[in-house]
Amino acid sequence: MIEIPGLFNYWVVVFLMMAGFYVVISQGNLVKKLVGLGLFQASVFILYITMGNLSGGQAPIVTEGVFIYSNPLPHVLILTAIVVGVATTAVGLALVVRIHEAYGSIEEDEIHALDLADDEALSMEKDDPQDSSE
Amino acid sequence: MLIAVAAIRMRDLFGVVILFGVYSLLTAVLFMDLDAVDVAFTEAAVGAGVTTVLLLSSLRLTRRWEAPPRHSPLLSLLVVCVTGAALVYATLDAPLLGDPTSPVHKHVAPRYLQEAAGEVGMPNIVTAVLASYRGYDTFGETLVIFTAGLAVLLLLGFREETNTPVESGSMHEQVVLKTVVKLIIPLILLYALYVQFHGDFGAGGGFQAGVIFATGFILYEMVFGAENARGVMPADWLPRLAALGVLLYGGVGIFSMLAGKPFLDYSALSADPVQGQHLGVLLVELGVGITVFSIVLSIFYALSGRKRRHD
Repeated sequence: MIEIPGLFNYWVVVFLMMAGFYVVISQGNLVKKLVGLGLFQASVFILYITMGNLSGGQAPIVTEGVFIYSNPLPHVLILTAIVVGVATTAVGLALVVRIHEAYGSIEEDEIHALDLADDEALSMEKDDPQDSSE
Repeated sequence: MLIAVAAIRMRDLFGVVILFGVYSLLTAVLFMDLDAVDVAFTEAAVGAGVTTVLLLSSLRLTRRWEAPPRHSPLLSLLVVCVTGAALVYATLDAPLLGDPTSPVHKHVAPRYLQEAAGEVGMPNIVTAVLASYRGYDTFGETLVIFTAGLAVLLLLGFREETNTPVESGSMHEQVVLKTVVKLIIPLILLYALYVQFHGDFGAGGGFQAGVIFATGFILYEMVFGAENARGVMPADWLPRLAALGVLLYGGVGIFSMLAGKPFLDYSALSADPVQGQHLGVLLVELGVGITVFSIVLSIFYALSGRKRRHD
């Protein structure tokens, strides 16, 4: 393997994590927010696997003549986390689909504007019940 | 990294999703390089395969193009830069890559590595830790997946709509595609079974097998249409199958409790503790595999069976 500076992996993780974070806080589109969350999640996975790596180690499957294995514990944690991640992403997508059915939009700003308009209409009705019944 | 940046910049959501799939595949390659074969396997199957399909099917239900940004991203860029700088500063104290003296390698890991082969009787330590030493965690995670699947079904409805969406027609004429898919699907399913039952010797296990098995069915549904796929695997069986998987896992635990051992202590399953461990891991992985398969497939059914709302 090529010699990489020891901290390079962490910097990649930080970069990816911030990229995901940026998408989540700055983008208005809900599907894109979910993708950003996925980026963030994957960066955390890389962080764990990086910690589990051991120089000169092999994959943790017992074989004759191999004495150094990389740490199996982070692998287990991340393996299940990936599958749980896809399940939670699916819940998010289902919510997005329902939001789209209710509002006709998956842009955060538009949904917010629609909500405000709804609120105003409701308070108008309260102020002037006879107007709306006519 | 470049792919991630491109994915952020792009406004066509279709392209974003495909780039995200490529990003997952590259992550899987990185995991492989870091000696995490099981994780690389899962990431390739889940991230690059299933996630992309799910994202695409929900794009079908919503819309493809993203609206142009309304407000300037400068503030969030600033927040991100400050946080990133703090994190980079924190990494300066972190142990170097592959350093054998870092705290991660000092705790329980050496014990797992030395004892697992003797105590659980299987060479793949990741599977041994997953199903035996940390059986409680894995049970919890299976339950999380089960709950997430139920949540999706509740949000999108159990019942299929009476008239399934009209196929675009182009798919039905793809003779080459259909023939190739017909040849590939049995291989996919066979491979999934191999991964399921060989997980204690090589890379693999219930999580990966369930996902791969579901991928086979998703491919079938995409090419041959919804009615055919639902004929092979009816949608209302899937929640029952998922519950069966969780029950199988929990049942193994209850059985060992009835036999006078702690919950999920597989040595109760057989007179020889190592044999019992092996049997327990196989059963538990089977439960995980069934649950993951049926949840992934039912999520896909729920998303693909829904009609697009016209706006």
